[in-house]
Amino acid sequence: MTFPTPATSVTPADSVDPASPPRDPDRDVAGLSPGRLMWRRFRRDRTGVVAGIIVACYVLVALAAPLISRLYGKDPYTTYGLDTPGLLNEYGFPILPNGGISSEFWFGIEPGLGRDVFMQLVYGIRTSLAIAFAATLGATLIGIVVGIIAGYAGGRTDYLLGRVIDVMLSFPSTLFIIAFMPVVENLFVGPEEETPIWLRAVTLIIVLTAFGWASLARLLRGQVLSLREREFVDAARVTGASPARIIFKELLPNLWTPILVQATLMLPSLVTAEAALSFLGVGMIEPVPDWGRMFLRGTEVYQDDITYLMFPGVALLIFVIAFNLLGDSVRDAFDPKIRR
Amino acid sequence: MSEPLLELSGLTKHFPVMGGFLIKRRVGSVHAVDDVDLTIAPGETVGLVGESGCGKSTTGRLVARLLEPDRGTIRFEGRDITHASRRELKPIRSQIQMIFQDPYSSLNPRHTVGSIIRGPMEINGIEPPGGREKRVRELLETVGLNPEHYNRYPHEFSGGQRQRIGIARALALQPKLIVADEPVSALDVSIQAQVINLLQHLQREFGIAFLFIAHDLAVVRHFSHRVAVMYLGRIVEVGDRTSIYERPRHPYTHALLSAVPEIDAEPGRERIRLSGDLPSPVDPPSGCRFRTRCWKATDKCAQETPPLVRLDGNAEGHLVACHHPMDPPKPAEPPAEGAGADGSAGAPLEGSLAPGGAAENRSG
Repeated sequence: MTFPTPATSVTPADSVDPASPPRDPDRDVAGLSPGRLMWRRFRRDRTGVVAGIIVACYVLVALAAPLISRLYGKDPYTTYGLDTPGLLNEYGFPILPNGGISSEFWFGIEPGLGRDVFMQLVYGIRTSLAIAFAATLGATLIGIVVGIIAGYAGGRTDYLLGRVIDVMLSFPSTLFIIAFMPVVENLFVGPEEETPIWLRAVTLIIVLTAFGWASLARLLRGQVLSLREREFVDAARVTGASPARIIFKELLPNLWTPILVQATLMLPSLVTAEAALSFLGVGMIEPVPDWGRMFLRGTEVYQDDITYLMFPGVALLIFVIAFNLLGDSVRDAFDPKIRR
Repeated sequence: MSEPLLELSGLTKHFPVMGGFLIKRRVGSVHAVDDVDLTIAPGETVGLVGESGCGKSTTGRLVARLLEPDRGTIRFEGRDITHASRRELKPIRSQIQMIFQDPYSSLNPRHTVGSIIRGPMEINGIEPPGGREKRVRELLETVGLNPEHYNRYPHEFSGGQRQRIGIARALALQPKLIVADEPVSALDVSIQAQVINLLQHLQREFGIAFLFIAHDLAVVRHFSHRVAVMYLGRIVEVGDRTSIYERPRHPYTHALLSAVPEIDAEPGRERIRLSGDLPSPVDPPSGCRFRTRCWKATDKCAQETPPLVRLDGNAEGHLVACHHPMDPPKPAEPPAEGAGADGSAGAPLEGSLAPGGAAENRSG
């Protein structure tokens, strides 16, 4: 410590100390909130903006899929190749080169059934995004609740929840889901019936949620543990704040950064996870268009029709890269410097 | 002294030390605060000084009821609030407020200045005449900030300004007692003076009592009416400012005062250098806790805990916990062995000064 001898701290004994004059004379009353600072920083990040625009395009396409279908004049279910002779050859492959790309079928037609690839892709985004979005939402909510409870309550609760998180993180989730899907089907669907699409969708969302929340919960637990020791929490307690108020008004506003960053990184990983499960045959089922199943079909025919594999591949690649870059930019924008 | 505002008696707080493999057991405890008695009168400032880790802050947190004491009682205006629950504390919360040490961590970075200062009023359902916003602007003015800063965020302010915001928050409930936990130790020296002057001004204007926790003796001297010196969880000496600074009796207070650096120290001034480290509060020394570093320690110091009593020749309310107190009139004099024996003849327990037990530990 320095040495404030009486000479320094007992400065001229005027009782009213001259308040340091406000530093900026300009009269902008409202200061910049951390959120607006983040937005400013984000806008300066060109990579982030481009990635954000790409992601926005994907979301827009997913939302506007029926509109695109109407403008384009085709739907993802009609088997154009089988209905119209002259599109597929006798082995089921498109007659035109490059997977049958033409002015009528922009991305070609599917080998075998002869459905429109462009429409399948557009509706495929819809399926993937909807499932991944629902699972991200669920996982984030559970992660927030568990993380805050574990961090705030501490002690035995924290210990127990910590072990649950450990188990969830070390679980071989993919294997579990592959094994689990037929079980669910046996439980809810009779042997003669066909599996309803909603059951598959709901089951997928539930299992992806169940395996997604643990990492966020662990992260938030750590954040809450460190925030809880900050003096502003004590300050709130001294004024008589209830635990609910401390959690919602003091802690949660400081947790939005990690929550947002984690959610933007979780969404693309769940999109790929959903595609992988469909590829493995435990995801969405026919006739719902799905990227993972397009991959599956693509790998079957890639020697004769590489184009069919390329479209979902490139689309997914761009999507995941854009979304990850967006997540990184979001994290950079929330510069830790302003955490103070 | 009139009816005290705050009365601590026998206040004790031990923090458990957990150990063991798999199954955690309590293997010991940190004796953070042990048997502390202290009173604060309305409008009075009591300084609490001591080394780092001596339990000053814990005492402050116990008073503000951020921690629950293990033993002893806290009385506020005659009411026992030692184990009051959050609901029972509600009416008292607004009376005892706290100013924190680190202005960078005591303000929520996600809230505007306005909502930080408004918070206490919202929690306690206080509707000041003219509305909360008007009151917040008044408070900002009181602490010397521009009321226009209402909608700004903490990161836009300097450390001193942030501490002022924290003071405004503490004032929002019009408390009778403010626990100031090292409110200036994180600030620049030039800013320290401003903040101290502000606190002093507030104290005079609103008649707020302060429990002023600090390790900076000069700041405490400037600000406090009475001073309590803590060592390893116990109060070793308490008294009015003049008594403590001019006529200290406890060897530890001497050592503490002689350690204050001065630019123009008189040549004859003696510096008492304490040897050794602060003993572990997990296993504090028996008897007098200062004995391991005291140059006057005897066998008796190890066996009996000295009570906090008024010694002969001391002013009213000047209490010392020492078997072998120092000679009062000439505090700067090098402490001669057995000096207490003649100087304070009537001092209790003085007769048992064991021969040969005193360890000369100070440097020449």
